[in-house]
Amino acid sequence: MKHSHNAHCHNTLEQLNAYIDGELDPALCSLLEEHMENCEDCYIVYNTLQKTIELCRSDGEKISLPQDARQRLYAALKLEDDLTSEE
Amino acid sequence: MSEHNNHNVPDLAALQRKEKGAFARLVDAHSDKIYRLALKMLGDQQDAEDVLQETFIKAFNHIDGFEGRSKLSTWLYRIAVNEALMLLRKRKGKLTSIEAGVELDDGEVMPRQIVDWCCLPERELMKDQTRQAINRAIQTLSDANRAAFLLRDVEGLSTQEAAEVLEISESALKVRLMRARLALREELSQYFSEMMPDKVL
Repeated sequence: MKHSHNAHCHNTLEQLNAYIDGELDPALCSLLEEHMENCEDCYIVYNTLQKTIELCRSDGEKISLPQDARQRLYAALKLEDDLTSEE
Repeated sequence: MSEHNNHNVPDLAALQRKEKGAFARLVDAHSDKIYRLALKMLGDQQDAEDVLQETFIKAFNHIDGFEGRSKLSTWLYRIAVNEALMLLRKRKGKLTSIEAGVELDDGEVMPRQIVDWCCLPERELMKDQTRQAINRAIQTLSDANRAAFLLRDVEGLSTQEAAEVLEISESALKVRLMRARLALREELSQYFSEMMPDKVL
């Protein structure tokens, strides 16, 4: 059933974060899972929250220091010789 | 396994003797992640490069004072976060504490966008335009909440390590993390809801 978030749902937000991190007490996990089975909105929040984290993490994984910036870094640190020997 | 036993990380004694080779290995092992953190904190490549350089210069100059109570990576992250925050304060032209406005500046955390966009095809979720939307969303967070989110969820530090980097309690870290995650979810939900075949708003 689709409904507007109420005070109870608001209280689940903190639990939802701990649940995502695997840090929620097992007894509370069961209660939260039970709640999400009956509350479509909370389930959607959970699902999209987890996907948000996943997307941000996978975007981050694509970033590495560009080669020209690496050369500038090693030059600034006076480590050019070590950069050459690493390659 | 302790970080100091890892072959990719130089041993502390060699670093404290200021051995160039050891320092080069430290830079090599950590430059990508420090750059990524700085880039995501600042949203600007040149600023991220400046923070990266400054982080390793400070690490080299102050390695004597590193007592090994935390991981070297935690210590480097702390230097980098402080450098990034200093730059952000300069940009804003005023001195603001990292503690300032934590409770308020990411607004109401109550979810408003209830759209299940997870069913969108992967090609929509991973395209360049989406990456830009992700980065814009990250830049809308407060500095304090952004740092917590990046350390915990992008860099993959534990709650304890991320709290240690920011020198705050674990419970404070969790509050910042929750606010950041919910704020990002709102931004991305708004963005993706436009792509949904039948919008449910």
